[in-house]
Parts: sequence; C-alpha cells; structure tokens
Amino acid sequence: MPNSSDARDAIFSSIRTALQVPANADTAAVAAEYAALPRLYKREGTMNSEALLDLFTHRLVEYDAGVCRISAENISREIARILGERGRKRIAIPDGLPPEWLPAGFDFQNASRFNEHQLDQLEGVLTGCTVACAETGSIVLQNAAAQGPRSLTLVPDFHLCVVFAAQVVETVPECFARLDATAALPTTFFSGPSATADIEMTRIKGVHGPRFLDVLLVL
Amino acid sequence: MKEQAHSPWSNRSFPEAAKDLLADSQIRRNVRHATNIIQAKRNRVVGELPDWEQLRVSGAAIRAHALAHLDHYLAQFEDNCTRAGGHVHWARDAAEANRIILELIQRHSAKEVIKIKTMTSEEIGLNRNLEANGIHPHETDLAELIIQLGHDKPSHFVVPALHKNRQQVREIFQREMHLPDLGEQPEDLASAARTYLREKYLRIKVAVSGANFLVAENGAVCIVESEGNGRMCLTLPDVLISLVGIEKVVPRYRDLEVFLQTLPRSATGERMNPYNSIWTGVHAGDGPKEFHVVLLDNGRSPILADGEARQTLQCIRCGACLNACPVYHQTGGHAYESVYPGPIGAILTPQLHQMKDARSLPYASSLCGACYEVCPVKINIPEVLIHLRGKVVQQDQKTLAGKLGLWNIGMQAAAFLFEDSTRLSLAQHLGQIGQKVVVSKNGFIEHLPLMLSGWTQTRDLRPLPAQSFRDWWAQREKAKPGAASSSSPQPSNATEKPHAE
Repeated sequence: MPNSSDARDAIFSSIRTALQVPANADTAAVAAEYAALPRLYKREGTMNSEALLDLFTHRLVEYDAGVCRISAENISREIARILGERGRKRIAIPDGLPPEWLPAGFDFQNASRFNEHQLDQLEGVLTGCTVACAETGSIVLQNAAAQGPRSLTLVPDFHLCVVFAAQVVETVPECFARLDATAALPTTFFSGPSATADIEMTRIKGVHGPRFLDVLLVL
Repeated sequence: MKEQAHSPWSNRSFPEAAKDLLADSQIRRNVRHATNIIQAKRNRVVGELPDWEQLRVSGAAIRAHALAHLDHYLAQFEDNCTRAGGHVHWARDAAEANRIILELIQRHSAKEVIKIKTMTSEEIGLNRNLEANGIHPHETDLAELIIQLGHDKPSHFVVPALHKNRQQVREIFQREMHLPDLGEQPEDLASAARTYLREKYLRIKVAVSGANFLVAENGAVCIVESEGNGRMCLTLPDVLISLVGIEKVVPRYRDLEVFLQTLPRSATGERMNPYNSIWTGVHAGDGPKEFHVVLLDNGRSPILADGEARQTLQCIRCGACLNACPVYHQTGGHAYESVYPGPIGAILTPQLHQMKDARSLPYASSLCGACYEVCPVKINIPEVLIHLRGKVVQQDQKTLAGKLGLWNIGMQAAAFLFEDSTRLSLAQHLGQIGQKVVVSKNGFIEHLPLMLSGWTQTRDLRPLPAQSFRDWWAQREKAKPGAASSSSPQPSNATEKPHAE
C-alpha cells in the first residue's frame, strides 16, 4: 500500500491552513458550538395511535406493499394465509424469531448463516423489525434477534415483515431516537419494495431487492 | 500502474458546449420531461412538511459547523471507523485515490468489481483507470448501467441518464445484453437489468462505492439508494471500498435525522428513498470481511479558506438545484462539461480546479435564485456565482493579455464614465446620436457592433431615451420656481416601467 500517512498529514495541514485553526482543537468549544446549533424542526410526533397507524398503513399501500392489521394471537395464522396466497413454501428466517409465529406446512429454514447462493434458492424471508416510521412509511431492520444479517432480507424476492404497533413512531427524529443506542449495528431502512425511477422518472417496483413486500401490523 | 486515459469531458466553454446541446431537440425533450416530473414531486412532498424551513436551517448549520471543524471531525471519524474494524486511507488527489483503490483490488487478485453509483469515482476517472489496468468495473445503478453500456456521460448526479428515453435505453440494452426481443416498457428494462446484474452480485467479490454521509461520533457510513443494487454491493462481496470526499462528514448519528428527511424529498421527490444503509466498520457474519474508506481531498480543502465560497462544500448532492434551474432545463447536464453539472456544478467545478479550469461556469446562470430557494442546506448559489465571477475577473486582470483585453478595457472605460456625472452625461448624449445606426424598425437595438455584440446575442436592448432622467430632472429643477406642477416636463418614456433585464 502507498504510505498514506504523508497524504494524511498533507490533507490535515491543508485543512488547518485554510481554516486558520491550530492542530489541537479545543474540543470543549467545538462541543459547545455543536450543542448550540438550531434544532427547531419537529422532533416529537403529535398524532394519536389510531391516526399514526392509519398514516403508516397509507404510506405502505402507496409504496405498493401489502398491509394487514392483525391481533397478536393471530400472527401464526396470518403468516400461513399470506404465504399460502403468495404460493411460497421455502422461507428464510433469522435467529431469534419467535417459534410460535411459525405455522405448520411450510419449509422454514434458519438462514442467518446462509451464503448468498443458498439465500438465492429460497422463496421468501420472514422477519420482525426494530422500529418503523409512519410519516415516511419506512421500516428499520438491524442485525438483531428476529431480523438477522442484511443479506437475509435482500436476496430473497419476497419479504414478509411483522411490525408491532408499539414499534411505529411518527417522525424520522423519533425513529433515530430509538436507534441511537444500537447505532453501531448494521442498519437498513426500507420504504416499500425495491424501486427505480431512472427511466423517464416512472417509478417501477422491484429491481434488485425484494420485489414483493407484505407487512403484518400487529395491534 | 498505467495512467488513466483522458477525461471524457472536454475543455469547451459552457456557451460553446451549450450550442450543440440546444440543437438536440431529443435531449431537450427528455431533460424537460424528467426535470418537470421531479420538480413537481419535490414540491409536493416538501410542501407537506410544515417544518421544512427549520430543517433547512438545521441542515445548513450542521454542515457549516462540520466544515468549520473539518479536521476535528475527520480525525474522529478515522478513529471510530478504525476501531470498528474499517481501514481509512487518505488521497490528496485523483491519481493518489486511483492508486490506492487499484492496489486494494489487485491485492485480492480481482479482475472485476461491482460499483454503486458514485460521482466521486467519476470525478477521479476511476473506471477508465481500472480498465487501463485490466480490471472491469460493472456499474449496478440502472442509470449508471445505461451510461456505461451506452458509452455515454452522466448528465445529472441523481438520475444520470435522464437525457435518455425508454426507446434509447432499449436500443442500448438490446445491443449490449444481446436481447433482441427486449420490450420498451420501463418494467421490461428494469427486469433485464435485474437478470444481467444478479449473476454479478453473486460472483464478484470486490465492490466500490461512494457514500452520502460519514458520521464522526461512531465511524458510521450511510448510503441512500432506490434499487437495492447498493445493498447488494455493500453486503454480498468480501471487500468493500468506499471513496468519499472529505467534506461528507457530519458530527453525530442523530444528525442524519435531518438529512434523511431533506435529501430524499429534494432529490427524487420521495418521502424516503426505498433503501438507506448505515453501518460501522465490519460486523462478523454480516457483510464484507474487509472495509476500506478512501478519503479524497482533490481540491476540496483549499475551498475552506474562502469564507464566502466555503458553503459550496455543504452540498449533499440532492440535485434539486439542477431540476429548478432554467438554464439546466434548456441545456441539460452535458453542456457543463463536468461531473457536477447545474448550478452547484457551476460553483463547485471551477473551485475544485482552483479556478484554472471551467472558468465559464460561474457565468452559466441567469442569477434567478431558484437554486438557492430549493437548496436543502441553504447554499446561496447566486451569491457564490457572483463571488466567483469576481475571482475570474481578478485573475484575468493579473495577466497582460487580460489587462489589455477588450473586456477589461471596456469595463474600465465604463467605470471611468460612471464615476463622474459630466462624463456620464456626455456619453449619454453621444450615445443618443450614435445609436441611430443600430436601432431597428421595431424600436429595439437587436445587434450591437463589435465587442458589444455579445450583449445582444441573446437579448434585444431598448435604445437610450431622447431625454435622460438626469436631463429631465435638471430641466424640472430649473422650471420649478413659480411654475405649475402640471406644466412640468415629463421624461419621454416616463409611463414605461423600467425594463428588467
């Protein structure tokens, strides 16, 4: 490798010359300046939970995702119904997915350690999530229990995601507030199925990521 | 290492390059169609947020703060990225970045790499350099794939192929993917790209990306995208190399809560783009085993010294200023002869070249201010454009040719005339007589002679009135004592509104 420490020194020196600052920044002063930055945008949501879930559902439908509101005791039955309707049997699941969610009659495979070729053989993936944002219709996955590594929810062509009402927040800042503690984990926001608008600005569903997304919203 | 082939961008000035593009009605139709759609979508989703202005204010403040302490935050990013298992490299210029990336790829004996759309790699000419060294880069973003397979250049940095319509894309795919029966529906074309690239995602072990944001406090990297090609490239390969401009760092993870609202709404008119990926270093059992960040200066750090122009580096590459710009609407991106076109390109490109190149770009604007109004980080582009025009003039005045040039002499003469009322009035009187030969039948001056001809190339000029305001005023003052106001003389064109230029 080229010795990049020369380059590093040169770049830092060029930056400090341009900014006219000394090499040892007063970190307390920088922190104080940062703390004083204006933050007058909306950080807390104001909706009641019914309006919040309506908005979330509406956004998902706009993205062409399937959404079903269900109660907690029906999770397994609803999973069976959707997989049946979609005609999918070989389903990837991550570590930590509650076993009571899994209906009989399907081939659920713990795929947390599958490589991409093995994942490519499966017909779908079933996961939970970390948090969801109603205002943007986004669902956030992290490498954690019931969610698994990033490739798990990327390679299979169909994603069935279980979201609990308590996981849904209104605004993007509330979403980040929930993620802050686990910020170091690999994190994926997804808002609807994979899409592109590169050809004549026409939004087309499904390019490389899962082309089909269903969400079970558990009340 | 073989040096890269020459850049696909020529040294033509903006007016020269624009002339060709203005003659291409197909490109103009495609650009107008695409920019109109994005603009309408952007306006709708921005209008939804009552706190949009506050988000802009915060976004601008965070970016300006990060730039004011760039050394501090870069050092913090480097520490935290390294602690999380990443490797940080520093590149002073394009050649150094190319060398670092090539050596990393060669170390893994890779003959092919997959790429996520990155304008920074376009900036350093990475693809040409890799090809010259026997490594084939595969672009995976649909638009970038269209550009690559069509041997074309990007014309927009969010939707690089917006100058191509579906029939043109179909022709490229039919030819390059050997699919004679391919349909022309966008779905058909996207599906062809899916099949073409999936095999590559599963096979190729080294990926190259850019990044939208670097987070100093935990060493995180954030990439936003639509198709999932980004996720494929940054998740499946064994090695990921991210080439990122040094200005892309933000202080805290929570700062993303601002930019992940303003960026997608400004860029593509979506409330959130389909995928955002955020990760730190390497994570056992998830994603690449080796992660490299190449931090690129390439002309950025000197821009920090210019208090007025520093805001240029606040840019988050949303492209909203391109879509809003009446000049870009007419010419499209290629006229700027730069990786970074449009209003932001007109201020960024010449500065990255230390004002030695692309010196016509600060003039590629009508200064209407639409770019500033839509900018999600409040870069005052018109202000910087004028500032850079001043720099171009000052540079020219330092050379003998510039000093003796017609432009400088003309401007100096104008300054001399405007400085003194007697001289100005004399010039006005001479002008009133002299202009008679250039005023057309319609009452406008359509062609000025010689060195003044540039002014009337694209606009007609109103002739000097028979009586100037100053003459009228002097006459009025003289007639005042005892005279009735109704008898006071009027300037010959007093009923006309001032002619806005």
